[in-house]
Amino acid sequence: MRRIRYILQKEFIQVFRDKALLPIIIIIPIVQLVVLSYTATYEIKNIRLVVVDQDHTPTSRELIRQFSGSPYYHLKGNFDNYTEALDYMQKGKTDQILVVEPHFEKNLKTIKKSSVQLITNAINGSAAGVMQSYAVSIINNFHNNILIKEHPLQAKGLPIQTDTLYWYNPELNYFTFMVPGILVLLVTIIGLFLSSMNVVKEKELGTITQLNVTPISKFEFIAGKLIPFWIIAMADLVVGLLLARFWFGIHIVGNPLLLLFVAGVYLVLILSLGLFISTLAQTMQQSMFISWFFLVIFILMSGLFTPIESMPVWAQQIDLVNPIAYFIKINRMIMLKGSVFSDIKSDFFILSGYAAAMVVFSTLRYRKTS
Amino acid sequence: MSEKIIEVKDLVKKFGNFVANDRLTFDVYRGEIFGFLGANGAGKTTAIKILTGLSRPTSGQVQVAGINVSKYPERVKKKIGYMNQSFSLYNDMSVRENFRFYGGIYGLSKAEIKERTQYYLHKLDMERYGDQLLKSIPLGWKQKLAFSVANLHNPGVIFLDEPTGGVDPITRRQFWELIYEAADRGTTVFVTTHYMDEAEYCERVAILSEGKLKALDTPALMKQEFGVTNMNDVFLKLARNVE
Repeated sequence: MRRIRYILQKEFIQVFRDKALLPIIIIIPIVQLVVLSYTATYEIKNIRLVVVDQDHTPTSRELIRQFSGSPYYHLKGNFDNYTEALDYMQKGKTDQILVVEPHFEKNLKTIKKSSVQLITNAINGSAAGVMQSYAVSIINNFHNNILIKEHPLQAKGLPIQTDTLYWYNPELNYFTFMVPGILVLLVTIIGLFLSSMNVVKEKELGTITQLNVTPISKFEFIAGKLIPFWIIAMADLVVGLLLARFWFGIHIVGNPLLLLFVAGVYLVLILSLGLFISTLAQTMQQSMFISWFFLVIFILMSGLFTPIESMPVWAQQIDLVNPIAYFIKINRMIMLKGSVFSDIKSDFFILSGYAAAMVVFSTLRYRKTS
Repeated sequence: MSEKIIEVKDLVKKFGNFVANDRLTFDVYRGEIFGFLGANGAGKTTAIKILTGLSRPTSGQVQVAGINVSKYPERVKKKIGYMNQSFSLYNDMSVRENFRFYGGIYGLSKAEIKERTQYYLHKLDMERYGDQLLKSIPLGWKQKLAFSVANLHNPGVIFLDEPTGGVDPITRRQFWELIYEAADRGTTVFVTTHYMDEAEYCERVAILSEGKLKALDTPALMKQEFGVTNMNDVFLKLARNVE
């Protein structure tokens, strides 16, 4: 056990003396949290819209005014015919086209039925969905107002009125949703890369051979490599949580200590995964590529950007072994819902078992003989 | 010169169809300086890796310091020192930090680490450089430091795999003085080299070619047997026979 202390001492000396690594460890949490939180946004502003008004009545103009008055829309122009407007979209100058059919007002008044056509540029599918829903809500609102005007006594508009309350994030604050997830990415990237590169570096330098002829045990070796990076990643997480609280003003509903406790277990898993990768790779380049391979898949499937529930069944099954998915889920539960241990325990136990298995696995994979 | 510290019998190591060590049999005695010679690719490094427990033999018996290496590689590692042909201390740590790390790994106490570090720095006349990073120190000095680190835990046997590669003649001579001192204290030195002048410094020499042991004797008897005046000619004669 005394040996582990000497390995820790050596690793810390090397990390803190590395002029390239040290700034990354310190700067990454800040940059990642600040930049990603502001840029990885679902909110779409300044949607460019062109209108083809074939009706030219007060009602059609009122509908268009509803769009141009919205903070999300920017009216780029009026066209007389549809072809011109489509040409405009083909040139990439507009995101949406609203076509108001002839007799829009007349039909609405006489047969109580009328239609508009909405064309959305769907090159970016998820953005298209958001633009679509904005437009539909403006049109619905407009329709609602007409109904109220015509039947003031009913004064209710649509027969069923929906009052929406967003639980756990009442203002649909974007940061509240993203920051916990990004904190997870942060510790994952730091942990996975530091650990997967470290042992490979010793392989490249040849120092690993010297270590392999010493009586150091596999367990001491793995522990000596895990603990320093565990401490560094945990420190990064604490910095990240402080930023979340005091920069983004995110109120952590649950117990931050429970969050750190889960993070501690999660990091053991990520670090031993990194060490496992380093037993597969011979060069730092190989180790980089293997790490990226796992990281990209795990992140895309983690539920950070798209909900896991809407993924196909096979993808959900892959997510059973995706450590990032577990931790993002637990993290959001604690930070946003104030979940206590009994709420997260089933996921936590899976994570713990996974971590323990990975430590054993990477210890067995590490060979002192060639 | 009676107690055997290394016993190798019918050692075979194969990589696929390639036979790197072909039925090697030899003994090394306590306190001896034993030279292991051969051209590049003769199988020297493969053999040394097996003797130090870094690699497992395909067949044959290997005992080092009374321990069966293929059965208990970790036990052997406590009793041996090893120095690699490529330099293997940490460049981003100071001389003292390197001593402290390896001393700690071999289970020396703090006081022992301090005392032995001081001893070796004094002996190498490098006290001034104790706190310098290793990367700022010339290669020949680094090799002497690496040898001292490999000796730090006073092992019974020390394995040196081409320790003087790329080192200038003066430093090489100083390096061999260190080897003699260690042997005087009773440490067995097992050294591979392809400098034939260094072969003359060894008490006994084994010459390896294409994985086979071609000759094993004292340098003097070997020269006599081949009727030549230096080890270089012995080596060339043996190599020619192979061709």
